[in-house]
Amino acid sequence: MIVLQIQKKLHGPEGEMVLNLDLTIAKNQLVALYGASGAGKTSTLRILAGLMRPDVGKILVNDEVWFDSQEGINLKPQKRKLGFVFQDYALFPHMTVQENLEFAAAKGQLKHVQELLEIMELARLADQRPRSLSGGQQQRVALARALAQRPKVLLLDEPLSALDQEIRLRLQDYLWEVHRKFELTTIMVSHDPQEITKLADVVFVLKNGEFTATGAPAKILPNSPDSTGIVVAVEKAANTTRVTLEIEGQILRITLPSSRARNLRLGQVLTLNLNTPN
Amino acid sequence: MDWNPLFLTFKLALLTTVLLLIISIPLAYWLAYSKSRSKPVVEAIVSMPLVLPPTVLGFYFLIAFSPNNSFGNWLEQWFGIQLVFSFSGLVIASIIYSLPFMVHPIQSGLSGISSSLKEAAYVIGKSRWETLIKILLPNIKPSLLTGIVLAFAHTVGEFGVILMIGGSIPGKTKVASIMIYEEVEALNYGSANFYSGILLLITFAILLVVYLVNGGYLKRFLK
Repeated sequence: MIVLQIQKKLHGPEGEMVLNLDLTIAKNQLVALYGASGAGKTSTLRILAGLMRPDVGKILVNDEVWFDSQEGINLKPQKRKLGFVFQDYALFPHMTVQENLEFAAAKGQLKHVQELLEIMELARLADQRPRSLSGGQQQRVALARALAQRPKVLLLDEPLSALDQEIRLRLQDYLWEVHRKFELTTIMVSHDPQEITKLADVVFVLKNGEFTATGAPAKILPNSPDSTGIVVAVEKAANTTRVTLEIEGQILRITLPSSRARNLRLGQVLTLNLNTPN
Repeated sequence: MDWNPLFLTFKLALLTTVLLLIISIPLAYWLAYSKSRSKPVVEAIVSMPLVLPPTVLGFYFLIAFSPNNSFGNWLEQWFGIQLVFSFSGLVIASIIYSLPFMVHPIQSGLSGISSSLKEAAYVIGKSRWETLIKILLPNIKPSLLTGIVLAFAHTVGEFGVILMIGGSIPGKTKVASIMIYEEVEALNYGSANFYSGILLLITFAILLVVYLVNGGYLKRFLK
């Protein structure tokens, strides 16, 4: 179980903000952190990993104290034994795929490294250097390396954001598989509601450094900013009205009965709900 | 021909470079990553030899190391070393004189590495030391090579500092650059040409190798 109760002053894109977190994550859960950029998602992961020091609070992981500002405890990142997949993967460029994994694994864990290479389908690429790999392959190496030290907690910072849709879907499967197989507690930062709904047990929505919603993705995400649209054009015809919405830079045209579109104004923000007919 | 000045020059340059490398890596590491308030002061001190006339440095070394003054006297009393007009004095002066040429490339190399590489090693459980040796340094090889060569070449070309602090004692402090100066003063152009020519060729060869290696030409050629 992970308990994180911390406060930390950050310099966000809109000036100073206070990251004020109180979260509890059950063992073996896969949890997603969701929110706009600059909301504090990456900082949350960095605080857990020990790469950033909170101002006050405490962090407990599996009954072990990692951080306690009152007791003056702050476990070094080296001692926290967690896996971290960085957004830019942070593969060591001067080492081959296998060397990257071996560097992370404890001594005498060569069998585990081989096993990971097999699971992530990297055996064929074991002697290559990261530079010559594609984005999806680098991603798999980063994930395998994070698992090489047998962590109980896995942190992923937007692991799939730079990949195209097809590879992304495959990697989600890998992620799910290793999460189950190695009995991990996984925390993933993600922008993608589809990905969160598919993988996560719980989603935490972060806004300006605070959680605004928590719960199962299916319950939380329909009201997320992604499913709101701004009315940019309204064209009235005899009985129907064509409404043009802008959703995250994309244009969506829908036709409504005029009776239902009477009160629409330009610039109005709409929440979208999709219902499948019974 | 007397080969001694040339031998002395390269002995000095080699020794200075090795010691500088050992000193500069921790110093550059601190300068690259520290958020200390004293950092600008240290940076200014490290860079000073770039702008100060060598004679100014040499003059103050001469004063400081002189057995007539407290620091030089202390060195002589406690360690029995005299740094004025001695080879060890030359080495110490050269280290300070060439410090920026070694520190700056290493510092900018370290600053240029994505910080997540360092953090990834920490999260894996590697100490700062192991991260430096196994992750950071192997990834700044071109910067290390540049630092080594610049420091070496700069020490080979040193003149003012050595003249001030070392004098011109044959076999001890009379390096090639001093020898050339004296031969020209004595109108022995032939001899001056001999030493100058050798220095010219060697420094060109060294710099050429650096640019070949750092530009990746050598790798392509060997493939």
